[in-house]
Amino acid sequence: MSELANTQHVHISSRHRLLELNLKEVWRYRDLIVLFTKRNFVVSYKQTILGPAWIFLTPLFSSIVQAFVFGGIAGIKTDGVPQLLFYLCGNAVWNFFSTCLTGNAGTFTENAYVFGKVYFPRLTTPISNVLTNVVRFGIQMILVMLFLVYFLAAGAVSPNWIAWLMIPVELLHLGLLGMGCGIIVSSLTTKYRDLTVLVGFGVSLWMYLTPVVYPMSTLNVDWMRTILMLNPVTMPVEVMRYAVLGVGTIHLGYYALSWAVTLLVALLGVMIFNKVERTFMDTV
Amino acid sequence: MDNREIAIQLSGVKKRYKLGQIGGGTLTADLQSWWARVRGKEDPNIPLFTDQRLVGKTFMALNGIDLTVYKGEALGIIGRNGAGKSTMLKLLCRVTAPTEGEIDIYGRIASMLEVGTGFNGEMTGRENVYLNGAILGMTKEEIDSKMEDIIEFSEVRDFIDTPVKRYSSGMFVKLAFSVAAHLDSEIMIMDEVLAVGDMAFQKKCLDKMRDAAKKEGRTVLYVSHNMNTIRRLCDRCVVLDKGKLIYDGDVEEAIELYMREESAGNGWVEGQTEFRYTDAPPRSPWAIGGARINRLKLLDKDLALYETGEPIRFALRVEGKKDFADLRLRIEVLYGGDTPVGAVPSMSLGAFRAGQSKDITVDFDASGLTTGKYRVDLVLFEQDEIGTSYDQELLLPAFRMEVKGTEDITWNAKSWGHFRFPDAAITIHEGTALWNE
Repeated sequence: MSELANTQHVHISSRHRLLELNLKEVWRYRDLIVLFTKRNFVVSYKQTILGPAWIFLTPLFSSIVQAFVFGGIAGIKTDGVPQLLFYLCGNAVWNFFSTCLTGNAGTFTENAYVFGKVYFPRLTTPISNVLTNVVRFGIQMILVMLFLVYFLAAGAVSPNWIAWLMIPVELLHLGLLGMGCGIIVSSLTTKYRDLTVLVGFGVSLWMYLTPVVYPMSTLNVDWMRTILMLNPVTMPVEVMRYAVLGVGTIHLGYYALSWAVTLLVALLGVMIFNKVERTFMDTV
Repeated sequence: MDNREIAIQLSGVKKRYKLGQIGGGTLTADLQSWWARVRGKEDPNIPLFTDQRLVGKTFMALNGIDLTVYKGEALGIIGRNGAGKSTMLKLLCRVTAPTEGEIDIYGRIASMLEVGTGFNGEMTGRENVYLNGAILGMTKEEIDSKMEDIIEFSEVRDFIDTPVKRYSSGMFVKLAFSVAAHLDSEIMIMDEVLAVGDMAFQKKCLDKMRDAAKKEGRTVLYVSHNMNTIRRLCDRCVVLDKGKLIYDGDVEEAIELYMREESAGNGWVEGQTEFRYTDAPPRSPWAIGGARINRLKLLDKDLALYETGEPIRFALRVEGKKDFADLRLRIEVLYGGDTPVGAVPSMSLGAFRAGQSKDITVDFDASGLTTGKYRVDLVLFEQDEIGTSYDQELLLPAFRMEVKGTEDITWNAKSWGHFRFPDAAITIHEGTALWNE
């Protein structure tokens, strides 16, 4: 190791290039990303009786309530899919995206203490947050699978098995988008705290503009559909649902647009993040 | 000198901070201020009763630092609070970036601005070693291979699988330090982390640091206010003052310069023999204040310079602010400003009525003091039946003095301390059976 370290040369300058993404350095700290991910898990469920079972319970309860309110009271159709399964699947996907966003929105302010004492590539924190959410999503999918098996036996759903290959792709898609938005917010909150208030509120509004508690097919007014399709989260949600439940409205043009927005947001996020990380300790 | 390998090089490094509040704190407040400026009105977000000239002004924490540190050097960094020491370390640790200038670092840095960074109370000692090690830049295999050494060094083996929130603060710090100390880095940066743990552990840490520099050829940068550890650890020392390097070189000379700077800050003049004390330092705010020493004068002296063996005589004016049955005086002597040498623990000044002043002369036999600069603290106190003292007045220091030695032998202060006991009586026995054999 020491031979390797001997050659290591760090140059710190007052000037900063915007496109310096430091991804190589992040890769060198990959063990740290794994450990952060592990820590996020260990810490959330220590000294709780139910432990990781909470990952199951919260989406299950919210799906039951949604089935009651939106399916029962409002009478929204769910494309012929059993309501509980429809909401469970939608929640798993939406929760993944929203926690990627909200979990990273406080990266700088919440970790100011650690960041102020020691250097490591700051990007490791948001990346490990996303990985934590990937694992959570996986656990939630187990729950979805249990119901899926039950409803399959009853002949109520017909999943599109080949499209399951798209699930990891869509996780990357939503992960990048959520993290991108999150770190942009976190970079801006080092100076202005207003955004922290806005984030929780904004994300819950965003959910209603995404087909989570209703399918895309219920919309038959054109301009409404267009607005929803412009929302970059819509397509990934529909693709996921198409794979798992076999229903969904997929439009290739909007799908490509969603990826374009995602990549732009992610790149912009990392650029702002890297710029802010250099001196945020002075303003946080 | 020049063919040595460079470990760290700073050239023209400046760091600017904004004084006062940065922004309004919220976006609305900033917009409010901006709107007020546009209309030519008064800014509603300027805090009242503060020096408005400072708002928006900048402050140079570091003002053009050029410094080259070579491989294997143990460099001490000293300076008063606010001199820029911590800012410099922060820049080197890449916690924040410089406003101007360039820094080149050759090798991996282990920063110990504070040990235990990233420790999580819910996780066990072992889990935290992994996490903290990774934060400091170690890979998992590296930590695996060092785990045994780290646990051994930390002295907390029995508790390594217990969550660290159950640790005592001492155990916590020991474990944290062990992780940092075992990092395979070429450069170690430390900011007074050794002020923790028990004495034995502190010594162990210092030895580890010294080995790192001397035997393993690592570079050590050490910031401290404790001159003794600087003396023990470093072989080169720089003094920072107001963001600039004012000295670079020999450790003892640097410490002396720093001490002089520090006392100048307190309005103390070298060699001064007469003092009137105000409420500002050296009078400590922690004293109860029931009695005061208003004046002090070193008798028969033009300069506070004594020869070994010369008695120290001084006059005091002591005022009782309330009644005392028995007010007592203590003299404490410290070497170089921070190393206690000894004390005259308790001398009676008799009874005091409220408002009464007494003039007192003190003959202090300090003939054991060896060459060096000393600080003398005076304490007025009252003692209860079980021996607890209640400090009424604390002068830290009351005065400073220098002792010129007339020793017949080179005084080895590092091992012998600063106090010479009177020669012991030696009797040489010839031919007598001293051991009853």
